[in-house]
Amino acid sequence: MKDQEFRNKVKRIYLGVTLFFGLLVIGAGALIYKLAYPSFLSFDDVKQIETYREVEDLDKIENGIHLATGFKDDVGLQTVIVSCTPCHSAKLVTQNRANKEGWVSIIRWMQETQNLWDLGKNESVIVNYLAKNYAPEEKGRRVNLEDIEWYDLEK
Amino acid sequence: MKRRKFIRNTFLGTAASLMGADIVFSASIPKGYTPIALQNPDPYKLFNKDKGMTILNDKPWNIEAKAHLLDDNITPNKYMFIRNNGLIPQNIDIANWKLTIDGESVSSPKTYTLQELKSKFKNYTYQLTLECGGNGRSEFNPPAKGNQWTVGAVSCAEWTGVRLKDILEDVGVKDHAVYIGYHAADTHLSGDPKKEPISRGVPMHKALQEETLLAFKMNGEDIPLAHGYPLRLVAGGWPASASGKWINRISVRNKVHDGTKMKAPAYRVPCKPVAPGEKVKDADMCIIESMPVKSLITYPKSGAMINEEEILNIRGHAWAGELQVETMEYSIDFGATWNACKLENPVNRLAWQHFKASIEFPKKGYYEIWARATDNKGVSQPMILPGWNPKGYLNNACHRIAVKVK
Repeated sequence: MKDQEFRNKVKRIYLGVTLFFGLLVIGAGALIYKLAYPSFLSFDDVKQIETYREVEDLDKIENGIHLATGFKDDVGLQTVIVSCTPCHSAKLVTQNRANKEGWVSIIRWMQETQNLWDLGKNESVIVNYLAKNYAPEEKGRRVNLEDIEWYDLEK
Repeated sequence: MKRRKFIRNTFLGTAASLMGADIVFSASIPKGYTPIALQNPDPYKLFNKDKGMTILNDKPWNIEAKAHLLDDNITPNKYMFIRNNGLIPQNIDIANWKLTIDGESVSSPKTYTLQELKSKFKNYTYQLTLECGGNGRSEFNPPAKGNQWTVGAVSCAEWTGVRLKDILEDVGVKDHAVYIGYHAADTHLSGDPKKEPISRGVPMHKALQEETLLAFKMNGEDIPLAHGYPLRLVAGGWPASASGKWINRISVRNKVHDGTKMKAPAYRVPCKPVAPGEKVKDADMCIIESMPVKSLITYPKSGAMINEEEILNIRGHAWAGELQVETMEYSIDFGATWNACKLENPVNRLAWQHFKASIEFPKKGYYEIWARATDNKGVSQPMILPGWNPKGYLNNACHRIAVKVK
């Protein structure tokens, strides 16, 4: 009988301790989450967040690609992000190919017609980054069909 | 914002029912805060597009189809490419939407409400081919800047509206009219309210064509927002940029319209042919008018495998800008020999035409089926890239698909 009483006491203590640590872990988790995403559990009115990029991990790089924008990771990445993405999508940059001269002429066109500001010292950083990572390929007058997904045609 | 809230609410509801529990603290999620997973707008849902469409650009939105998605005779919205120069207008108030006709060459400006436009003038419906001037740009070498369209920036939907010529007649146009230029409700990417993202137009002879519409319906329904709701100019057969969306003003000009993207080098090609990569002065660039002859194989999808001795049925569409397609051919030997396809007449002028053919293959192996259209002036599609131009317009090189005979 005494044994049983003792066992029950231990059980109750064990339960209490588990509950305590469980709550601690949840609390700590919420705190960390709150640090990462300040709007979590804040009860005041938060302004509409227009793009997910503002809260996503801005610096995450995977396989040499900056995930939030799709830009290749290289010297000048941050300068390129800051200068190129306020007005248009990074996709407009990454789908294009040009040499230094070509990228400079695109920048001039944006400055003359699209309200792009004077890039100052950053211009050479940006142009070097773009000409290296988004250089033209020699395609000739017609390329082979590529990336064909073969499938059995149903009759 | 209402739509987003709706999506958010339905998502929270769905997520809760999936988990068999309410989202903890869902009641205390602050107003206006959207959970992270919901913040990236899904363009397929946003614009009701098929998942097979390719997103080229998300600011501004530029989305294209693939050849096999364009198989329908009349392109449904879900397969219609989106080409935007600026930001799509928000909060359109159709009760107060007005169209103003002004410019140097009108007797006096006149304004119509949407209801007046619809009821005052006779309505017409046409199937009209709209192709982006830069469709096929991705193939040019050296590369041209801009959205790298492959083959899918073309559509042929059924547009309903009133003839621009009827409106211009009602307003009264002076003899010295040269061009019309449109103005619209979209906004510039830079946020500068004084800048128009695009304001193009067409010469009077195109403006006065019977098929040039101010449309308020596409495929029998209100025009989808991304395609110009509530009012779109539709000038079939010309670069689709001439078919302005969200139109609220049309200026009748006594000179070539000088709005945004009318000036060189936008939507212009060298007046004289140039070598690939050659620099061309703005003064030597000429405005693109009619689009060139072109075709697409829309069935089967590239990559089809069939068994030996099976017959392959192909089909697709062909169009020729202002002109009509006269003959349609295919080749399975890289242009060494060509065979005729069966080609239908267009439903109306400026609608694309449908073709089909049944193909037998001589033996097993890898084949490419190349399609070539010829217009009624005897001009055909080239098999290699046509004349290089600085902005990569007018690529009407033959479309081809890969086929394997097992």
